[in-house]
Amino acid sequence: MDIKEIIKPENLVHQRTSLMTDATLSYCPGCGHGTVHHLVMEVVEEMEIQEQTIGIAPVGCSVLAYDFMDIDMSQAAHGRAPAVATGIKRLWPDKFVFTYQGDGDLAAIGTAETIHACNRGEDITIIFINNGIYGMTGGQMAPTTLEGMKSSTSPYGRDLQSMGHPLKITELVAQLPGTNFVTRQAVHKPGNVRKTKKAIRKAFEVQREKKGMSFIEIVSNCNSGWKMSPNESNVWMEEHMFPSYPLGDMKVDGKIVKDLMKDLV
Amino acid sequence: MGELRLMKGNEAVAEAAIRAGVDAYFGYPITPQSEVLEYLTLQKPEERTGMVVLQAESEIAAINMVYGAAGTGKKVMTSSSSPGISLKMEGISYIAGAELPCLILNVVRGGPGLGTIQPSQADYFQATKGGGHGDYRLVVLAPASVQEMADFVDKGMELAFKYRNPVMILSDGLIGQMMEKVELPDQKERVKEFDQSWVITGKTKDRERNIITSLNLDPDKQYQHNMRLKEKYDSMSDDVMYETFDCEDAEFLLVAYGSSSRICQKAVDEARSRGKKLGLLRPITLFPFPDAIISKLARQVKGILSVELNTGQMVEDVMLAVNGRVPVYHYGTPGGKIFSPDDVLKAIDEKLMGGY
Repeated sequence: MDIKEIIKPENLVHQRTSLMTDATLSYCPGCGHGTVHHLVMEVVEEMEIQEQTIGIAPVGCSVLAYDFMDIDMSQAAHGRAPAVATGIKRLWPDKFVFTYQGDGDLAAIGTAETIHACNRGEDITIIFINNGIYGMTGGQMAPTTLEGMKSSTSPYGRDLQSMGHPLKITELVAQLPGTNFVTRQAVHKPGNVRKTKKAIRKAFEVQREKKGMSFIEIVSNCNSGWKMSPNESNVWMEEHMFPSYPLGDMKVDGKIVKDLMKDLV
Repeated sequence: MGELRLMKGNEAVAEAAIRAGVDAYFGYPITPQSEVLEYLTLQKPEERTGMVVLQAESEIAAINMVYGAAGTGKKVMTSSSSPGISLKMEGISYIAGAELPCLILNVVRGGPGLGTIQPSQADYFQATKGGGHGDYRLVVLAPASVQEMADFVDKGMELAFKYRNPVMILSDGLIGQMMEKVELPDQKERVKEFDQSWVITGKTKDRERNIITSLNLDPDKQYQHNMRLKEKYDSMSDDVMYETFDCEDAEFLLVAYGSSSRICQKAVDEARSRGKKLGLLRPITLFPFPDAIISKLARQVKGILSVELNTGQMVEDVMLAVNGRVPVYHYGTPGGKIFSPDDVLKAIDEKLMGGY
């Protein structure tokens, strides 16, 4: 029996977006990347903007994002995605341009490109996956690695004195006049998935209205890099990542809606 | 005849870019090429042609803006000087790997490191051997006058799109800063209709999605890619450009490009007036290198002197072309010091004609 016969149209509650390709996702089971990919493509499908959407894939686990999303995409050098997106958007101001970047890409090697694209108020959307680790290269310390958190290059835990502090770059960019919408979300539970999708929709709407940068951080797990089962990693994320990276909107319609200084210290 | 103006080389490039219908310029200030960005912003090209001009936060960002915009099929360029070009090399490697057309101007100054802001030809190796990581080549054009600074913008763009490859104009602080009479080209329309088969402007229903990338995780695919690139670079020999002066009966030959060739021209005139049969070959494309004509001249002359504003770089390519047939020497001054025609004549006497 074909699956289409089992699921009758009246019983259908969720359908896989047609804008994801048939390629098998290269992400570890339990990783948040696949969920976020689907959400971005669902939004593009619902807004009917596939023909106007251009995505930028980073260096990191999502380097092959263009294999999975059925839209025109450009790969970018490590950290340079916001500059690449700027080049495209300046020449095609009516297109929807987004970058998809991890914490190492966006908040370490690409800090300058991130800050300046935000500060110029480029009409692009940055989707920032923060899992506190370099996933693809095998779990090294990232700028967002928590204090005391173990990684392959902080095997005894991150020592603030010698390794510096976790970088809360989202709180930083929220303070720049060029950003219009800045939020931090997660995708580990259905409720969070729905909120993240709403945030992505909002970000693309901001782009349509040319109001400036829309920036979405998604705190995610890296069960392989954290050496945990998927479920353990989600529990650990709630207990350890969320206190340092609290979820919620930071800036909406160009207005800061949160006590950022409280979260920064 | 086009409009005549007295301009700096850097200004001529900027004006020619607007007139060539270039869609975007992304840059960052560095001496001795800042006039390009200054001239462009002063000219309000967004009003003249709709050209986008943006000062980036770094050379790295500027070249990556070029990478992004070039992937959408537009005519895009950047400019910098030696230390800034080094920063751009990462992006240039990606652009070469992804096979995107673009134009890069290097107004060379002395190095290594921060070096000097005076003219130099120390970046010959970097420009002609790839420069960044990986197995690739740029088309390299070497202007010897302000006129050629202007002319090579349109020519460079044409070659960039012909080969879908980055093209570098390898100038130097002398050509960039000096003022000369220049005949400017007429204003070209910016291209509205162009080949969209490979560009990322949004996937339409009638085609598969387009992807700009330089990544091939499968070694077989990377091998195929590298071999196809090699074929492309080999085919560029169709576009070799050079100029010869007094080579017909020459017994000795100078090889020099850019500003060095201007000084060498004077030296050849002087040597001829003293009855010495000296000729000059000026490569206009440094890649592809004019090795066929050098090989041919090597059967005619007794010796060759490669004259460069460095400690000896192009001389290696001259030697490869000559392949041991006649002695090849180098004369040059590095570090922003410029030799005079008399210095060249002295070197000719000491090195080239010493035994004759």
